[in-house]
Amino acid sequence: METLAVFLPLLGAILAGLFGFVLRDRGAVLVTSSLLTISAVLSWVLFYDVIWGTGPRTVHLLNWVSVDKFIFNWALLIDQLTVVMLVVVTTVSSVVHWYSIGYMHHDKSIPRFFAYLSFFTFFMLMLVTSDNLIQMFFGWEGVGLCSYLLIGFWFDKPSANAAAIKAFVVNRVGDFGYALGIFGVFVLFGTIQLDDIFLAASSKAEAKIIFLGIEFHAITVLCLLLFIGAMGKSAQLGLHTWLPDAMEGPTPVSALIHAATMVTAGVFMVCRLSPLFEYSETALAVVAVVGASTAFFAATVGLTQNDIKRVIAYSTCSQLGYMFFAAGLSAYGAAMFHLFTHAFFKALLFLGSGCVIHAMSDEQDMRKMGGIRKLVPITYIYMWIGSLALAGIGIPGLGGFAGFHSKDIILESAWAADSIFGYYSFWLGLIAALMTAFYSWRLLFLTFHGQARCDERTLAHVHESPAIMWVPLLVLAAGAVVAGYLGHTVFAGGGDQMRSFWGDALFMLPTHTALENAHKVPLWVKVSPLAAGLMGISIAYIFYIQNNKLPSNCAARFKPLYEISYNKWYFDELYDRIFVKPAFVIGRYLWKSGDGAVIDRLGPDGLAMVTLRFSRLVSILQTGYVYHYAFAMLIGLVGLVSWYVFSEFLR
Amino acid sequence: MSNLYLLSLTIFTPLAGVLFILLTYALREDQEAAANSARWIALWASLATFVVSLFLWLDFDATKAGFQFIEKVEWISSLGIHYYVGIDGISLFFVLLSTFLTPICVLASWATIRNHVREYMIAFLALETFMIGVFCALDMVLFYIFFEAVLIPMFIIIGVWGGPRRVYASFKLFLYTLLGSVLMLLAMLAIYITAGTTSIPELMTYEFDRGLQIWLWLAFFASFAVKIPMWPVHTWLPDAHVEAPTAGSVILAGVLLKMGGYGFLRFSLPMFPLASDIFAPVVFLLSIIAVIYTSLVALAQEDMKKLIAYSSVAHMGFVTVGIFVANQQGVTGAIIQMLSHGIVSAALFLCVGVVYDRRHSRVIADYGGLVHRMPKYAAVFMIFMLASIGLPGTSGFVGELLVLLGAFKSNTWIAALIATGLILGAAYMLYLYRRIIFGLLKKDELLSIADLNKRELLVFTPLVLVVLWMGIYPTSFLEPMEISITKLLADYDYALASYEAAIPNNNMAFR
Repeated sequence: METLAVFLPLLGAILAGLFGFVLRDRGAVLVTSSLLTISAVLSWVLFYDVIWGTGPRTVHLLNWVSVDKFIFNWALLIDQLTVVMLVVVTTVSSVVHWYSIGYMHHDKSIPRFFAYLSFFTFFMLMLVTSDNLIQMFFGWEGVGLCSYLLIGFWFDKPSANAAAIKAFVVNRVGDFGYALGIFGVFVLFGTIQLDDIFLAASSKAEAKIIFLGIEFHAITVLCLLLFIGAMGKSAQLGLHTWLPDAMEGPTPVSALIHAATMVTAGVFMVCRLSPLFEYSETALAVVAVVGASTAFFAATVGLTQNDIKRVIAYSTCSQLGYMFFAAGLSAYGAAMFHLFTHAFFKALLFLGSGCVIHAMSDEQDMRKMGGIRKLVPITYIYMWIGSLALAGIGIPGLGGFAGFHSKDIILESAWAADSIFGYYSFWLGLIAALMTAFYSWRLLFLTFHGQARCDERTLAHVHESPAIMWVPLLVLAAGAVVAGYLGHTVFAGGGDQMRSFWGDALFMLPTHTALENAHKVPLWVKVSPLAAGLMGISIAYIFYIQNNKLPSNCAARFKPLYEISYNKWYFDELYDRIFVKPAFVIGRYLWKSGDGAVIDRLGPDGLAMVTLRFSRLVSILQTGYVYHYAFAMLIGLVGLVSWYVFSEFLR
Repeated sequence: MSNLYLLSLTIFTPLAGVLFILLTYALREDQEAAANSARWIALWASLATFVVSLFLWLDFDATKAGFQFIEKVEWISSLGIHYYVGIDGISLFFVLLSTFLTPICVLASWATIRNHVREYMIAFLALETFMIGVFCALDMVLFYIFFEAVLIPMFIIIGVWGGPRRVYASFKLFLYTLLGSVLMLLAMLAIYITAGTTSIPELMTYEFDRGLQIWLWLAFFASFAVKIPMWPVHTWLPDAHVEAPTAGSVILAGVLLKMGGYGFLRFSLPMFPLASDIFAPVVFLLSIIAVIYTSLVALAQEDMKKLIAYSSVAHMGFVTVGIFVANQQGVTGAIIQMLSHGIVSAALFLCVGVVYDRRHSRVIADYGGLVHRMPKYAAVFMIFMLASIGLPGTSGFVGELLVLLGAFKSNTWIAALIATGLILGAAYMLYLYRRIIFGLLKKDELLSIADLNKRELLVFTPLVLVVLWMGIYPTSFLEPMEISITKLLADYDYALASYEAAIPNNNMAFR
């Protein structure tokens, strides 16, 4: 069953990819979507079985590499952490598959699209079921590949191609750290098998490793290297630049890969390696600071973007930051909880915005939308549900939308961590929560309320999406409403509740009590995220409904701040100037000057010239090529023999 | 010993094909018919060789570290030189790589070579014999003869069927390799005079004086470094590739470069362990420069073949690091990387050949949007591009991973620096792919370009399968080579240790 759940998507991808011309569009779509739905059902069965039934297990598939002690195999590790990811991935993926039938209806290469989607799902499943670091890396790079293929799916668009390459290469920077981390783990532990590493972690807690000539605390270095990989995949501050550009891909792709599943792989990795991260306070602190900073940074950028998908992309980036700082404060349960709920409501938001884009004849600029709520009522409701879940709205003591539970527990854990990093995360997270609510309602108001700002033809064409698109979204909407309420005790509840759910899959040192104490924080801490959310909504209301001159006035008044936010803090320009352009310039220089002017001139061309002149001096009779070479050979021989003789002589 | 002559059979089956082609000179008057029969003979001869070599793999005893399928016949008795061949786990797959690629080359040249077809096929079959000979020879003189003989058909292939600047390219190739060869010959003379034998297995156990080792190592290094090629003696490679016909590039990148790496493993490490240890830092430095330098240069290329040629140099930088870190993962990784590169770069050159045959240009800017007309081609090209950047699940990953791990164990700086090749490699390959395959199909010359035909699919299918096989289940390749590598390294470490023990308080500064 485990094998089926993982390999059915691969089967679908192969069938649609290689035999797309036989199956035709319809066949390819039905095959991939049905196989994925079966896989999703199996995943839910596994979820139930692992947590309340037979428990964790590992399925061995095939030997992979065995060189000396460096041994790893293809295997499926199914434990509590895996099954949570399994249900998230397969559920969202099957919803996206069905939704795409409608969304991609007009496209001319439908089998290819569905093959990629299923292929992606397969890699994602390999990633989460891995029992060693290399298979995880396999899935890791595999999802990166599919992300590349899907971002560049419309390969006629230069911007899509550029975004695809950017995504792959920036991720490679992260993978560079990941790979070095794997090697470090092997050198330290002598194995890359997860369970063996975790068993030995406590005994290596004080070990040192020499990295780049300097002696460091071993586990800290390893965790930081691995975390670089996580930062790349999860678009954390510094390596985030690819994610907004990735919105060039079709919207279902953004929902599946760049919101619900792939970008959360980094969070999953940190949680999976919690038995390692727990032994490095430094690494945890870095994770927390990077996460909190990203949450804040991405939220500030989200405030001013005009592309509907980019707003949601930055929001994703920001929410991933929440998950990371939760993990960095050892509240892994809270991180996974938010990952779980976020997958539902963010996929809902993306697919909802897909409905909007679909309705607006592929328009993505919110400045050209507005006033269409009556024309697309279902989409409108979906977007409200998604935004309410994202902003974390609910009634204290009773319950609320998904984010109400998961974001609150993260912020409460941050407070309860009672450390400088905890407070840093708490305050930045709180401000980010306010901004999140603001830009979510900015999006709602700009898109659905006010005057219609599109042209007549587009407006006349605005229509609700077909049932094949909105019906699957019911699953996600339901998740966005109830996932938080249902999950908050099992995922991140206090004491034994959480332990009985996660088993040994998550590990926390007894001294790391953030999550435990999160249930005992002062009342104002408990209600402040909600207050921030409501405040954000109110400000958005004032800005975009009551007085719609305010936004432009504000932008003019605080122009520098507005520019920084609008231009995404100039990260792209900076990277372009210090990495991309120099690489090409240096490459050209080395080629023309290094290879051409120096090596060849001093080497073969120069030698030939010198030989030619020299031999002309010696003989005016023979100037054939062979003669030159023989001459060069002779000189070489004489030189070498004399060198050898002299050195013997001198000894 | 039922398979007494299996190895000789592998080496000389291609030559039998040459004989048959020569017969057509006598029998066929009609040029076109003669050319056609030459193609078929070459195909069958190379396929037969491949089948015979598969038996080598099947009969190979993976539990033995020493040489197998040994044949030893006296040749020049006054000097004690023998026709002495045999293979171990290290050479086995190089033989297979050669026999695997040759039929593919014959097929790839099927329609593109129109002039002097018979001579072309003869050159290829002779080339195959020499290549296999290099990897099987256990007598130093025999090795040298094969090693140099390889150049002759290669030279002819580039010089006769090559591009417009073929004279310059072959001149460059000749000059570089000549330098190396002379020094290697000299070193071999010195070895013979000192040790009194030309038998490679005997020499592997002979303990050369440390001072002599240094000289001999340098002389061999000159030859192998040019061959593999290492920075800064790599500049012959881009030119040679650009001018060579497609199949010539395939063999050049696929097999000829590997002779350098094989030479390091067969001569430098086992015969001159002390010198290898001393010079290892130099090799690392050159390799690191090679990886970063040539990757950046590749980024700036405008010619497809040059780009792939430069990427070859970068990939070979991984190989030399893997060999000289001299641990199990490093050496295994280097061999896998060589085999993988042999398949992948060969396939990439074939990919370039496909569009070159149609459009007669290698300039990247002349292409764009090919996916619209050539979806199959785009898919095949994609797979090899991904293997080239070492995506897990392809052959390229296993080699790079093992080399990097081996390097990390030895020195984290080396690992971190050459690992930048992963990033740069992805950048230049994806950029190449984008410019050729993606975008709108705007150029008039490309509007009617045809997708892969059946023959081309037949060429690519085995390559794709091997790339995936090596990536997903590399155990089939790792197992036979394991013990031979273990023994190589055990001897190496023993030599270093006994030298240390003999001279306590030796100048540790060197290490």
